[in-house]
Amino acid sequence: MTISEKILSKKVGNLVKAGELIITEVDGVMATDTTAPYAIQAFQEMGGGQVWDASRCALIIDHAAPAPNERIANLHTMMREFAAQQHIHLFEIGEGICHQLMIEHQYVRPGDIFMGADSHTPTYGAIGAMACGVGSTDLAAVMKTGKIWLKVPETIRIVCHGPLQPGVTAKDLILYLVGKISISGATYQAVEFEGSAFENMTVASRMTIANMVAEMGGKTGYVNPKGLQLDYDFEAVFPDADAQYIQTLEFDVRDLGPQLSIPESPDQVENLEPHEGQAIQYAFIGTCCNGRLEDLQAAAQILEGKKVANGVRFLIAPASRSVLLDAITDGTLQTLVAAGATILNPGCGPCVGTHQGVPGNDEVVISAANRNFRGRMGNPHSNIYLAAPTTVAASALEGKITHPKKYA
Amino acid sequence: MEGKAHVYGDNIDTDRIIPGKYTKTLDTASLAAHVLEDLDPEFRHKVKVGDILVAGDNFGCGSSREQAPIALKVAGVGVVVARYFARIFFRNAINIGLPVLEVPDHDIEAGDPVTIDLEKGEVFNQRSGKRFQATQLPKVMIDILNAGGLVAYLKEHGTYQLNEE
Repeated sequence: MTISEKILSKKVGNLVKAGELIITEVDGVMATDTTAPYAIQAFQEMGGGQVWDASRCALIIDHAAPAPNERIANLHTMMREFAAQQHIHLFEIGEGICHQLMIEHQYVRPGDIFMGADSHTPTYGAIGAMACGVGSTDLAAVMKTGKIWLKVPETIRIVCHGPLQPGVTAKDLILYLVGKISISGATYQAVEFEGSAFENMTVASRMTIANMVAEMGGKTGYVNPKGLQLDYDFEAVFPDADAQYIQTLEFDVRDLGPQLSIPESPDQVENLEPHEGQAIQYAFIGTCCNGRLEDLQAAAQILEGKKVANGVRFLIAPASRSVLLDAITDGTLQTLVAAGATILNPGCGPCVGTHQGVPGNDEVVISAANRNFRGRMGNPHSNIYLAAPTTVAASALEGKITHPKKYA
Repeated sequence: MEGKAHVYGDNIDTDRIIPGKYTKTLDTASLAAHVLEDLDPEFRHKVKVGDILVAGDNFGCGSSREQAPIALKVAGVGVVVARYFARIFFRNAINIGLPVLEVPDHDIEAGDPVTIDLEKGEVFNQRSGKRFQATQLPKVMIDILNAGGLVAYLKEHGTYQLNEE
């Protein structure tokens, strides 16, 4: 059995196989300020009452936080009121990004089935949970019933033989793999990542990998738990040796270099080198993909004692308050601010184009986020390149796309 | 169901359907006012109630925002036809009562008058006189669509029913 088949079989109490339609209980749900207002409205329209289990629900204000206008402020109020009525925990502005918080606060654990009203919910496959993105009405239905119907997914197995070169990061690897699989290559399917390239990865790096399953169209994804370390005891779910995969893809990534996703789709991935020298006006590190301490530390290592180029805005949004505190304590933030970075409050930052730094017409952004669709950051007349935090930091120093090895 | 076809390409993402900056509202008319803004700014002016949106592969990829199918529905789109859909968009559309049909093969061009039989999953192009078959939906999705969406379905049934009989 695949990891999805094992997790779902255990939950429903009998063996289920890829392709079957099932109804399963859910271990946890969450919604954000983009999706919660419609979910709350749908929940009330379904008859209201109390949610099935308030301790398994979370609401997070992260996408447009603090509220940039009165319309959004009132949606936040709606969330706070619903949370209070239902005794659901609400994560306030500045606490961080939904996905980071669900893992940090153990709302999700290995082997869980989790539905999040955000497309990057598969991030929790970093710790071996079956986590799927859903929309607001599906979320409302889970809050009401504690259940969801779904099809047991087929699985694509991606084996990567490492180790990666020094200075080449999990982000470079997942960009490379998104380029190979394409934006639609895993639609309706699960993805399992395994092999020596992943085994020594931190939880943070595993989150970067599982996060971009969304950019393959995947329903959920897992980094094989071999080598996974958490600060609590857990039972890891491994696939069986004879698991049936719809496809197995193998890559030797020992010589992989830094990767770049070029405008305007995350799967338009190329080696960095041909794009070196491309002028940029705006650099951004943050998001559920790359806003963690190791990402900020990697940037600080490059920026140490240097200044961001004239004419470049460099914005950094830590993924959570805990990441921010750690970056203050270890001096990372001191280095980043001294180099000229602007620190935003923990949250989604400018990734969704709602607040906190919209690019101007014809401007070029280099970002450590996961999406560069046209208009993503709020202006359809700008262009976004996606890269590892190391590449973003090196590019901010020079005002042009720059290979991070120059500052290694 | 009958309408004029508006034809677009592959991988139309949710940022193109409704940019993130417009999604934070419960005013669905304001969503419709910006539908497909960065893909075809004229669409919202030329779409008529009941028209058919036709796309290629992976329609609705990207975000989980339900505002995407809501914007299309409120703008007047009667059905979305695509070779296939991104999965969250597909569920969201059915859940809010916007019919979506996966039609792997068809000859529909922009402006073609198209007749849709949702019960049979049949798409008829009046210009060419050809009929095309959509992929069969699971029964639970047909039931949700027939109820008018997931809210109405759950009010009626209380919970999900999967029995295929």
